[in-house]
Amino acid sequence: MTENSAQIASWQSCVIDGIVQQTPSVKSFFLRLSRPFAHIAGQHVDIRLTAPDGYNAMRSYSIASAAASSPIIELAIERLSDGEVSLFFHDIALIGDEIELRGPLGGHFLWPEPAVDAVLLIGAGSGLVPLMAMIRQRSTLKPTVPTALLLSAQTAEDVLFSKELHSIEIRDAEFVLALAITREIPIRASDFARRIDVAMVQDVLARLHRKPTQVFVCGSNGFVNIATESALLAGLDASIIKTERYGG
Amino acid sequence: MVTRGFTGRGSDGDQSDRIPPGQHLVENFPVLTAGPTPNVELSDWKFTVKIGPRHVKIWNWSEFNALPTTKVTRDIHCVTSWSKLDTVWEGVLVEDILAAAGILQPTDFVLAHSYDGYSTNVPLADLLSGKAMVALTYAGKPLPRDHGGPARLLVPHLYLWKSAKWVNALQFTTRDEAGFWELRGYHIYGDPWREQRYTDD
Repeated sequence: MTENSAQIASWQSCVIDGIVQQTPSVKSFFLRLSRPFAHIAGQHVDIRLTAPDGYNAMRSYSIASAAASSPIIELAIERLSDGEVSLFFHDIALIGDEIELRGPLGGHFLWPEPAVDAVLLIGAGSGLVPLMAMIRQRSTLKPTVPTALLLSAQTAEDVLFSKELHSIEIRDAEFVLALAITREIPIRASDFARRIDVAMVQDVLARLHRKPTQVFVCGSNGFVNIATESALLAGLDASIIKTERYGG
Repeated sequence: MVTRGFTGRGSDGDQSDRIPPGQHLVENFPVLTAGPTPNVELSDWKFTVKIGPRHVKIWNWSEFNALPTTKVTRDIHCVTSWSKLDTVWEGVLVEDILAAAGILQPTDFVLAHSYDGYSTNVPLADLLSGKAMVALTYAGKPLPRDHGGPARLLVPHLYLWKSAKWVNALQFTTRDEAGFWELRGYHIYGDPWREQRYTDD
């Protein structure tokens, strides 16, 4: 057992250092770790809540922040109306509360280090979270990796980290942002007013100029199925596509 | 450590003795995979039993469906923390597959392989005595693609990543060879009742 894996396996307490409402349904929680770790963009943590009678609830949440030496990590949690842990975070949690977590976890849906070739990211809703960690990680690299993000959301207001994404797009010629807005007409002509399909993936690939060697897709199961089938029909190989689906 | 203000949903009620530690009940059937969902035509489907690199037996879809089938009702537990009770499956028990292949216990370990390149390791003892099958139906219907159709391994007493979707081979190995998730931080055995989620749990 290595020191690192022992750290992964054991629970630690962290303190909520900040809470930010990001969209109508998503809040960011900034957690100050008691035992800071270095993670790889795309990894998640397990969160464990304990009731006074000893009942535990455990859920996995992707880390939104880039790997850094900072003792604070960011989780962006969507409020699910039938959720148990997400409702606690949205309706009860306050700055200063102590939470148990362990991580970083996950050895598959990971930003490729060192990344050299083009990367295509496809996400929907809060499925952006692990992709955002990758985009933030990528921004620290020189030279930057050509990357396209195709992001589906119901309305412009539901686009998580919208300001940050637009500002990266403006200053970074190697970053392509394409929004698929499904319930209103997008303002930008470069965005799409429909659900993801093959033509859309082809369009984004053309803007990326280079064929991606890695594709990451995150969202609900239905979304991931449509997105990966579109990517396959657009000529991408199944072996380069990694998926993460919300579950249970 | 008690979490301030958290009481829990507490809806698991009298089922709580069927729910392993850290798990919660779901009514739906979540889908989790590492990559795209494979589309395997029944006319192309093959299932192979191998000892090391050696192919012992290969069935096509109709041949495999002619093997004796067994129906089971089992609780299933996913490492992402959901559990689902009383799921109904029908398929071919692993001991019936081995009998049809004409082999007994060539080694103590098995690596299951899938159409998408996935693999997972299970000790042979955990696949025998009615503990595991290659499932062909779920809830009385052909197994949907999302849940591993046409056929998936079902080893319900271990975390569900061991129940390889889109399974196409069982390979006997001399050692316990780690599979896809076992090489990526998940536990080599994966017993939900001992909460063996990650490598050192």
